[in-house]
Amino acid sequence: MALLTETPARTPSSAAGGWSNPSVRYAIKRTGAALSTFIFVLIFNFFLFRILPGDPVALYTRGRNVDPESIRALEAKLHRPIGQQFLEYVKNPFTGNGPSVKYNASVWEVIAPALWPTLLLVGTATLIATIVGVWLGIRSGWSRGERFDVVSTNTTLVLYSMPEFWFGMIMLIVFAVGIGPIPGMFPTGGLSDPGVNTSTPAGWLNVAWHLFLPVTTLAVIYLAEYSLIMRASIIEERGQDYVQTARAKGLMDKMVRREHAVPNALLPTMTLVFLNLGFVVGGAITIEYVYSIHGLGSLTVDALQGPDVPLLQALFLLFSGAVIFANLVADLLYGYFDPRVRT
Amino acid sequence: MTMTQPAIDDPNAASLGARDVVKARRKASRQRFAASFRQNRSGMLGLTMLLTFIAVAIAAFFIPASSLDVTQVTADPFLPPSLQWPLGTDDSGRSVLLLVAKGAQISLLVGFAATMLSMFIGTSVGIVSGHYRGMTGGVLDRFTDWFLVIPYLPLAIVLATVLGRSLLNIIIVIGVTSWPGTARLIRAQTMSVTARPYLERSKALGAGNLHQMWKHVLPNVMPLVLANTTLAVSISILSETTLSFLGLGDPTAISWGSILEQGFSAGAISQGAWWYLAAPGICVVLTVLAFNLIGRAFEDILDPRQETA
Repeated sequence: MALLTETPARTPSSAAGGWSNPSVRYAIKRTGAALSTFIFVLIFNFFLFRILPGDPVALYTRGRNVDPESIRALEAKLHRPIGQQFLEYVKNPFTGNGPSVKYNASVWEVIAPALWPTLLLVGTATLIATIVGVWLGIRSGWSRGERFDVVSTNTTLVLYSMPEFWFGMIMLIVFAVGIGPIPGMFPTGGLSDPGVNTSTPAGWLNVAWHLFLPVTTLAVIYLAEYSLIMRASIIEERGQDYVQTARAKGLMDKMVRREHAVPNALLPTMTLVFLNLGFVVGGAITIEYVYSIHGLGSLTVDALQGPDVPLLQALFLLFSGAVIFANLVADLLYGYFDPRVRT
Repeated sequence: MTMTQPAIDDPNAASLGARDVVKARRKASRQRFAASFRQNRSGMLGLTMLLTFIAVAIAAFFIPASSLDVTQVTADPFLPPSLQWPLGTDDSGRSVLLLVAKGAQISLLVGFAATMLSMFIGTSVGIVSGHYRGMTGGVLDRFTDWFLVIPYLPLAIVLATVLGRSLLNIIIVIGVTSWPGTARLIRAQTMSVTARPYLERSKALGAGNLHQMWKHVLPNVMPLVLANTTLAVSISILSETTLSFLGLGDPTAISWGSILEQGFSAGAISQGAWWYLAAPGICVVLTVLAFNLIGRAFEDILDPRQETA
């Protein structure tokens, strides 16, 4: 580690990588913070549905006709001492609130098949958005104030102001249903045509065809943010002394940009990709709903209409857990690449 | 601060208390701010757009209730835009133009009210956690951290489900989920203000904690709060649209989000009724953009180092 050789006061224990090693201490601190956040979410998720005035049974059964038998069972379950309920929940946070009411199955059985479509959608969109956004940001930041920059910055600002599901609906109406001279080309929803075997190459193509519009929608919305950050970051690096030095050495403009400015400017943007997961999750919820993709997002919309409280609680925990974990990864990566934050 | 000189050089200066000096100073700084804002082209564009939408929202009070009542309208459903129906009609034959104008009221109201709530929580938490460095500050800071990480939309959905669907609840949900960013910002500013000599002077003169926070820290962080507010309104309006679209808004109120929800579930997409969905969405984009432009202009003026344009 470069840091160890740079630390002025090098004690034997720091060289050995013990407690006083700043990198280790930083990692432990960040992990502890992530853990405390997760514990907070765990407690919050339990008590939120119980601290409000009124009978929790009413909340769990709101909007549905429930036979007296199940109400009695729920009452028996929810009227136990709160400590006892909490213990049971902590032992098994995802399923401790009972099975999904709507699907009449264990919460895991409902969630598991929905994981894959969401990961596919969000993963592809994030990948494309990162690549295009970073490229746009570099280009407009490096030629700041020129026409490309003005056009690209104004466009991203407008994209940034758009509700993603609205953009998705407009894409659907234009490219899947068709208006005026534009014929409807793309499927209007779902992940594949019924009866298509998605494990064959032809099936993959079918899935890709179905994912084209939703992925484009999400990618366009996400890349706005990435390109704005990358642009700001490259503008900052461009003014640094080392860039001046590189120029003074007589390097070509392209080389200065590619070899010197970009690697340094990439760091904040890359961590943003992880930090942004909370925002990405929000986009996935509405976009899956609009494109009727049966992932975690559609499941959330399904769970809130009703509402299916146990399913909603499990989904909230899952989303929060994923985002907390992604944040931790971002923190640790940042600490690894940029020793300054480890102090 | 040359602008404050007249107040002090005034022949009646002897009769001027510290309060008047501060008043004059703040007035001059407001005028300077307004002058720089007028110079900012995109900021003025945003302000014009915003004032237009506010005018539309006010004009919408004069729309007769009967023309928005599903049982009293006579036009055909899903009519494309024409001279008679400038933005077409919806699935029950109401004019989309009138719907969108009416929707401006709730969207702007929720946007402003939720932002007020979020700013109030964020500023209080930020100032208190920046002022008290010990236990109180630490706990509040941790609390801010927690809320900062929890993904916003799932949290809002869970809260809205528990609270139930009403106008007040959607305002509470948005306010309660969007304060941590402000708290973080205000805390940092409070800490830098607290380190300045004039606070030390005030402490030496025996000022209590409340006096320090209310009279010295708050006026100092206020410009930052204002710049942040305009950006926060745009987020609140987007949130309202998303939550209403998911059916978590007040079921009786017409907002841009609820029009989109209505259109989506009434099959506007398969009907190809683009005007029904385009109009409310464009209103959202323009309003949000207006607030973003104003907010960026504020940031430019308050912090000339940070170059956003």
